[in-house]
Amino acid sequence: MTSRLGRAYVALVLILLALPILVVTGVSLNGGQALRFPPQDPSFRWYGELFRAADWLGPLKNSLVIAAVASLISVAVALPLALHAWGRGGWLSRVLYTLGVAPFMLPPVITALGFLVFWVALGMYGQMAATILSHGIFLVTLPLVTISLGLRAIDPALLEAARTMGATRGQVLRTVVLPLVLPYVVSGYAFAFVLSLNEYIIAYMVAGFTVETLPIKIFNSLRYGYTPIMGVVSVLFVLLAVLVYGTIGVFGNLPRLMGADRVEDR
Amino acid sequence: MKGREATTPGWLGILPGTALVVLFLIPFGIMLAVSVAQRETGGFYQWGFDLSGYQRFLSAFFGGVLLTSVGIAAGTAAIAVALALPFTVILAGLSRRTQTAILVVLLSVLSLSEVIVGFSVSTLLSQTAGVGNILAWLGLTAEARAYTPSLFALMTGLTYLSFPYAVLVLYPPVARLDPELAQAARTMGASPLRTFFSVTMPLLRAPLLGALILVFVFALGSYLLPQVLGRPEHWTLSVHITDQAIYQSNLPFAAAMAAFLLLVALAMVGVALLLAREKGDRA
Repeated sequence: MTSRLGRAYVALVLILLALPILVVTGVSLNGGQALRFPPQDPSFRWYGELFRAADWLGPLKNSLVIAAVASLISVAVALPLALHAWGRGGWLSRVLYTLGVAPFMLPPVITALGFLVFWVALGMYGQMAATILSHGIFLVTLPLVTISLGLRAIDPALLEAARTMGATRGQVLRTVVLPLVLPYVVSGYAFAFVLSLNEYIIAYMVAGFTVETLPIKIFNSLRYGYTPIMGVVSVLFVLLAVLVYGTIGVFGNLPRLMGADRVEDR
Repeated sequence: MKGREATTPGWLGILPGTALVVLFLIPFGIMLAVSVAQRETGGFYQWGFDLSGYQRFLSAFFGGVLLTSVGIAAGTAAIAVALALPFTVILAGLSRRTQTAILVVLLSVLSLSEVIVGFSVSTLLSQTAGVGNILAWLGLTAEARAYTPSLFALMTGLTYLSFPYAVLVLYPPVARLDPELAQAARTMGASPLRTFFSVTMPLLRAPLLGALILVFVFALGSYLLPQVLGRPEHWTLSVHITDQAIYQSNLPFAAAMAAFLLLVALAMVGVALLLAREKGDRA
């Protein structure tokens, strides 16, 4: 049913989307300092440099620690909230759910400024813990949405069967519900992890001068001139995102996760 | 599950509830309080009730900033949604495998840091590594030149960032459309384009408007692209909020601007959600 013209359009857009990434990949392979495309005396020199140069290794570590712990916090908040909203309903659940989704709907600079004044008031401004907690709350939306989707997909007959056979509420939750939503928990964690790695404004406002993350480091270096190492970070981030979403796509149902109800298994 | 024990224990809501109230609502409350606090030169602020932050809204400078932000965001929303609508309609008709692959690409681009998008687009439009180089090589221009920073570069970057978002916002309603409606139109002899404009488009009026608003708010929040790809006159409200908060140490004014932006964004997101719900009721 899809016309050839339509397919051509989709292909063209995808090529345009890939174009900057292609150029950046080329740029990251330059042997020298200059950003040339096509690259001159191509080498992987700058890829090693990222893991050797101390001024890049620090931000890399910061970013990884923040993303790993913050996503864990997001899931720890989102899982009980999603379960509560699913199992009980009511206005309070709806309010909490809206609160959980809100950070993502608003321009992030507002949330960032909110966190800035909050941590200043608490005297934690500039600490890594502040960045981690801020990211943890900011990214709750992602696991919340994926886990809720997973819960809604559970067949009520399964719960009914478990109860009829005498399972207590705790047993039903532990042995039926949690295993069924586990894949959604994992994808929620992965989404939050990738986004935390890439997040700039909150990390910058909360502790930008003391806890440098990779995006902050790139932006700070942009002012002093471009080096191929920025291309390296960009390429690695793109690869990681493709890996994470690709894995979810292979093992899960990405179209359904994105809200399509009637995707045929073709 | 009516008339029987709920599936989850009641205490389960306490932890997330507390976390969100303490770490999300309270910061917003403090921000609102700071927006009316008195500015102290050199330091932070002193609690009080001073509306001078809000009064500065009436200045010509602020009016200009607001106009720039709204213009840039509205332009981005229009371009991104116009490009995304046909893309999404075609995407939803593809096989599951292809859809998954394209969604992976879209999600990857969407989660890219604004810094990286800014860096990539500015490299693409630079003198030595990008379009300028290619055009010169093709003989279309006399010599390679840079196309950044400029309004064109900024709009390119914002569209690049917003396009996947627009597709993902449009995807659920488009995927939920009954494919038989378009099929019926095609069987009765309508061309694909005519089917698109006379059957698909009208069915999607509410989601389209919702998507326009959401992409507008999304673009309104862009902070790094105006600095990397634009000139100072293209700085948006988000850039000025950070500038006031960090470099001018004027937290009350920054908070007042953020409170204003919050109100605008909340109102617009509310309208967008209402539009989505209306559509859901009718379906």
